[in-house]
Amino acid sequence: MVTIHHYMVLSAVLFFIGVFGVLFRRNLIVIFMSIELMLNAVNLSFVTFARYTQSMDGHVVAFFIMALAAAEAAIGLAILVMIFRNRSTVQADDLSLMRD
Amino acid sequence: MTVLLIGFGKAVFIWALALTCIPVLIWFERKGAAFIQDRVGPNRASILGIRLAGFIHNFSDVVKLLTKEMMVPAHTNRWYFTFAPFVGFTVILFAFAVIPWADNLRFGGWDIPMQVSSLNGGILFILAITSLEVYGMIIAGWSSNNKFSLLGALRSSAQMISYEIPLALSLIGVFMVFGTAQLGEIARSQGDLLFGFLPKWGIFLQPLGFVVFLTAAFAETNRNPFDIPEGESEIVAGYHTEYSGIRFALFYMGEYVAIVLASAMVTTLFFGGWQVPYLPTERLTVNADTVLMVMLLVGAALSLVSAVLFIGYDKKLRGKWPKGDLRNQEGRILTVFAVGALVAHAAALVYFGSIDLPEWGSATVALLAQIGAFVLKLLFFCWLFIWVRWTLPRFRYDQLMRLSWKSLIPLAFANIFITGLILLLVGRAGS
Amino acid sequence: MELVIFYTLAAVSVAGALLMVTRKNPLAGALALVVSMAALAALFAMLHAEFVFLLQVLLYAGAIMVLIIFTIMLLNLSPQELKERPVGKLKGLVIIAATVVGFIGFIRVLLQLPEGVRFVSPTFGNIEEVGALMLTSYLFPFEVISVLLLVAIVGVVILAKKVI
Repeated sequence: MVTIHHYMVLSAVLFFIGVFGVLFRRNLIVIFMSIELMLNAVNLSFVTFARYTQSMDGHVVAFFIMALAAAEAAIGLAILVMIFRNRSTVQADDLSLMRD
Repeated sequence: MTVLLIGFGKAVFIWALALTCIPVLIWFERKGAAFIQDRVGPNRASILGIRLAGFIHNFSDVVKLLTKEMMVPAHTNRWYFTFAPFVGFTVILFAFAVIPWADNLRFGGWDIPMQVSSLNGGILFILAITSLEVYGMIIAGWSSNNKFSLLGALRSSAQMISYEIPLALSLIGVFMVFGTAQLGEIARSQGDLLFGFLPKWGIFLQPLGFVVFLTAAFAETNRNPFDIPEGESEIVAGYHTEYSGIRFALFYMGEYVAIVLASAMVTTLFFGGWQVPYLPTERLTVNADTVLMVMLLVGAALSLVSAVLFIGYDKKLRGKWPKGDLRNQEGRILTVFAVGALVAHAAALVYFGSIDLPEWGSATVALLAQIGAFVLKLLFFCWLFIWVRWTLPRFRYDQLMRLSWKSLIPLAFANIFITGLILLLVGRAGS
Repeated sequence: MELVIFYTLAAVSVAGALLMVTRKNPLAGALALVVSMAALAALFAMLHAEFVFLLQVLLYAGAIMVLIIFTIMLLNLSPQELKERPVGKLKGLVIIAATVVGFIGFIRVLLQLPEGVRFVSPTFGNIEEVGALMLTSYLFPFEVISVLLLVAIVGVVILAKKVI
């Protein structure tokens, strides 16, 4: 029988894989996709809580997170394309103009 | 366990229906194109002398595509190249899980809904599956390592995602009018009469929505007049330029399955789905004997007419081919089949006229009548797709995008507002 | 039986996520992420969240990931440009240690959660119920989200223009 703990552990594992992706990879696109993965893990935990407490608020919040992720994806990718156009690179290490 | 078997049987049935429509559609396409262009069309392939007016060409096509050399060009990514056509073909088959083909089968203690899954958000499910269709094209175009393919793939996917929006918006009008997104319920609620004499079909309730939906469906399936991505004279063959053999066959079949899906959606939402006009399910089950007699009489009449036609065909064929050629026999073989069908119908008429139908018998008769209505409407819309393809010229790419964003989306919004206004005035809003 | 299905879907999801963060080619990573999201959608369906399942396939796997894949194809990075400077050894060890400690603490708190309700009503997760909730308790966030999406559309059009 699948309990709430199963889903929450899965959500935590996915979230931490996303954190690894953001911290270890230097490619901007992979960082962006890892952020999407983290949002998905949070969606999973919201929906799990909704099911195990019989309230639909979790579903509504998951819907809002998805709409927000869509808006963020659009703007983030537009910025990424502009960065590539101006600097010809998508490595986060090369965007160091504000350092020192 | 029985539930699992019933579900499995339903899935097999709807997939068999969808996949059987493919050779029928290919035949329609060729003969229909020939008819519109005032020529005869392919009629040479034959099995043991039977040519069936060009239907056998499907089998010869299959043999050709299976035995062709499957080239994989040198500088492509082999994994993606092999994997793209499978995605293109299998994903769209999942959408048939929510299409209803008849009313609930009710007899004894059973009440079996006649769709594989009575999902409460059936309309959204089909939208979700069509939005997954884009992947097949993108991966195919990208992995071909070919400028034409990449351009075709990008154009095709941009076209598909642009037309998803008017598709979804026109469905909101349908959702508002019927009050539910479950396709079985929508088909069932189209059985009443509107104003006393019109069947309450979706097209009478949502004419503007129907126009927007049909246009967007044409664009979603990449059919003329929206087939810039795969137009033969425009861009070689777009995203499936580099594919040959069975992989091309999968793309080709995937396109026809998409046409069948779009036709199924149009019939279910706007033309009553499985409803026989003016004959709701109760009337069908109560008068099952009469309905069965009528169906068998129609079958017998068709067999009689075809037997007469085939005898005439045999006379025309007499001596046309050289002696010993099997094609001389075609008329005779077809006549034998037609006469056999006539005899079978007559025997069934005699048998069913003498017995009383049990309860499951009348339920089955209603089921068959409704499946027949559904298939007839489905084939009519498939023919409409083919008819429009060979009649209208192609849109240019920027005209296509302009049509979607500047014409169809405002029209769909206007449809939603007008529908909401009318529902408010009629007093149904909030129900 | 339910447990077997859950473990299969969880394994597919985690495998997809792991593939995504380890592939050098972002296109392979994006496709792995699509598979992972599809498995997540199936998990939502298992949790009786019908509307969220449909939206996950429609929005995430069908629209957002398509957008990401478009961008990857548009950028068309050569293997030279894809080379990344690896994270320093000390920094890597600190990150891993911190993440592991955080993960273990997180799991310990999670395992103290109560069991929760077993039974769900048949209309749980329906479109109608979510819609009713959204138009009553969550009306203001719903309207604000539409304004947010409008701002995002306008912003993207301005960002992508070459001459304003």
